[in-house]
Amino acid sequence: MKAAVKKTIEKYGSDKYRLMDVLIEIQQENGYISKEAIAQIAEEYGMSEVDVEQTVSFYHFLSQKPTGKYSIYLNNSAVANMMGRADVAATFQKELGIKFGDVTPDGRAGLFETSCIGMNDQEPAAIINNHIFTRLTPFRVKEICRDIKEGKEVSEMFVQDWGDGENRSDLVHSVVSNNIRKIGPVLERTFKVGQAIEKITKMKPEEVIDEVKKSNMRGRGGAGFPTGLKWEFCRNAAGEKKYIFCNADEGEPGTFKDRVILTERPRLLFEGMVIAGYAVGATEGIVYVRYEYKYLEKHLEDILQKAREVNYLGKNILGKEGFDFDIRIQFGAGAYVCGEESALIESAEGKRGEPRDRPPFPVEKGYHDMPTVVNNVETLCSVVKVILNGGDWYKSLGTHESTGTKLLSISGDCKFPGVYEVVWGFSVNDILDMVGANKEDVMAVQVGGPSGAIITTNEFNRILGYEDLATGGSLIIIGKQRDILNDIVLNFMDFFISESCGSCSTCRIVPTLMRNKLNKILNARGVRQDLDDLHEWGKILKASRCGLGQTAGNPILSSLKNFPDLYEEKIQKNKTFDSGFDLNIAVKESAKATGRIPNV
Amino acid sequence: MSQFVRFTIDGTECMAAKGQYIVEAAKENGVYIPTLCNFPGVKPKGGCRICTIRVNGRLMTACTTPVAEDMSIENEVKDIRELRKSIVELLMVEGNHFCPACEKSGQCELQALAYRFQIMAPRFPYQFPVRKIDASHPKIMKDQNRCIQCKRCIRAIKDEKGRNIFAYRKRSSSVEVVVDVKLGKQLTDELAQKAMDVCPVGSILVKEKGFVIPIGERKYDNMPIGSDIENMQVSKI
Repeated sequence: MKAAVKKTIEKYGSDKYRLMDVLIEIQQENGYISKEAIAQIAEEYGMSEVDVEQTVSFYHFLSQKPTGKYSIYLNNSAVANMMGRADVAATFQKELGIKFGDVTPDGRAGLFETSCIGMNDQEPAAIINNHIFTRLTPFRVKEICRDIKEGKEVSEMFVQDWGDGENRSDLVHSVVSNNIRKIGPVLERTFKVGQAIEKITKMKPEEVIDEVKKSNMRGRGGAGFPTGLKWEFCRNAAGEKKYIFCNADEGEPGTFKDRVILTERPRLLFEGMVIAGYAVGATEGIVYVRYEYKYLEKHLEDILQKAREVNYLGKNILGKEGFDFDIRIQFGAGAYVCGEESALIESAEGKRGEPRDRPPFPVEKGYHDMPTVVNNVETLCSVVKVILNGGDWYKSLGTHESTGTKLLSISGDCKFPGVYEVVWGFSVNDILDMVGANKEDVMAVQVGGPSGAIITTNEFNRILGYEDLATGGSLIIIGKQRDILNDIVLNFMDFFISESCGSCSTCRIVPTLMRNKLNKILNARGVRQDLDDLHEWGKILKASRCGLGQTAGNPILSSLKNFPDLYEEKIQKNKTFDSGFDLNIAVKESAKATGRIPNV
Repeated sequence: MSQFVRFTIDGTECMAAKGQYIVEAAKENGVYIPTLCNFPGVKPKGGCRICTIRVNGRLMTACTTPVAEDMSIENEVKDIRELRKSIVELLMVEGNHFCPACEKSGQCELQALAYRFQIMAPRFPYQFPVRKIDASHPKIMKDQNRCIQCKRCIRAIKDEKGRNIFAYRKRSSSVEVVVDVKLGKQLTDELAQKAMDVCPVGSILVKEKGFVIPIGERKYDNMPIGSDIENMQVSKI
């Protein structure tokens, strides 16, 4: 064990900033990270044990207890529930004889909940030892559990055919489907690798930035910051080294477009990073990929290696003196908040994924305190097309405020869930037609994931774009058969509660209080004051440090605004006060201990 | 020579050295901005959010934002005052804070802020979490009931090799500040005292040292928090 840990540390250059890689590797080797391993890592890096532990305990996929020879992580997103997760979950528990969070007594299998794994268009889905299982049914779960009991390799458990496209390739072999339903300029297949790199070698870095600025492109992660401007800030910032980060940590429940790009268009993405590197004067690129997509690792590494062989990466790229750029992949370990750019950088430095205070912004002080650009996967892909076709061409697509195209991840109650590339400016109605949703049956659409807004039918004429309905691309269609408060809002609140980094007081405390209040209302104990409280408490969250905290109340605030009737019909009309206190529940524990039956 | 910048706090003209954190700049101008996770000489981490101010229309934390020319800062305005009060109440209900039984009463910044904001009872429901007291270390006790996760001890207390003695564990509402098992045992008297002094509440206590200063003579017993700054004589521009 000791030798193995030492070897892993040395593999990553005995550099404590690579702690994440070391921890992930030990976790994979042993199924957990032992006290001894933590002590050894601390010793090697000259850190205290508690300091190593604070990183370990932050991430969902790092564990200090054994997680079983087979570690099963079943997604618990709202859409998974809509697609029949309850039966799947029950079957897992029954077949394995354990509850969620437990490991079988023989240490064979562990069963855990996990936040959205980016498979919303093929739920219910689970990750077992980094292999993805999609479209699970109770029958399929029984087969899997039987295979587990027989000790089959996970890679041999698949009986379905592989998914489409690269999912079939030897280096991926997954049952995941791309579900690409509509192709536009970013996803189109005629792209010739290296063309854009060739082109920029004849341009000055400033000209590259000008072209991107001309396109009016805005970041595709959701915040919508102008890409060209970000690059210019970074280029002009002082620093001996600069970095390009690709944010491939899409964790917003309902988003999965980046998974499809990583599967089908990684060359395009890497080319975008090379362009960004050239433009800002960076020599190193890091793709921060969420742990859930670990199954794509070999595929991505292979493409990077091939790019190095033809000098699209490396030193003096395509013969241009001083044009050096290489890319490495950094995996996360399960934390939604790491999608926030400064948290992502912290995580890539081997620390807890806690957002930094701004200013300074990453473009001034980012990775290793050097100027750093963090761009979304889709942004970097779009940049390549801007370089090839020009900023004016790009600007001609979409609307005035929102130029170009947007990849949408569409899931929920519709015929054709999947990824759609559309120009900006479509209405929600158009989208519903496109995805085969029967409008008669649609009650609501969740735009932009839990941190976004839930909108009603009378807002379906609103336009997708930064000027109206901004979105990182996730659209969840909610049919009339759903119970919005129980199925969607409560699930989203639980998501934010478990994904908070916990370092700022507002985001650590308020969402729990709001969720409890929602539960009180759902338990028919609510009064009007509770609705007013939810409004007021939600405002406190605006003082949180990062976007996660600031939007953590949105599931409640947005449904309260757009579906007030759902709340109104659940509160008590004849009461102005209800403490929500239940004596039976309060004395349950002591009654049990003393063997008494509460006489209330 | 350092450069000076002009800015306003609630409409009053102020001046301070460029690059100074707003909370310090305000202090020099006789304006108190409440803080809790901030501690002089320790790298700020806008964790508690109580120093939230509005700068040119945007919410920022005064402990982490450097002052700049022409900033228009809102401090003592209704919604921000409400927000700060809410944060004190949130911290009160999140843990188990029983002031009459606490060794730090009278020197506790959370308690002092609760007085400043005239909190009679928090408007949020008490969470009554089940939390532990770690008394396993020879010199200090770590009472998790009172910890407000401000990270002051994490940032301020290091051993001679620069290693962290305190650190976070877990995340979200399960987050807690814990003491390193090995380094906690080697803690010097001096560091133990520093840890207790750095803690804004009564979560870190030096064993057998809780009542060195008698109640009634403690820091905030006779002087409300912030009053030292507010009563300061400031030479106006």
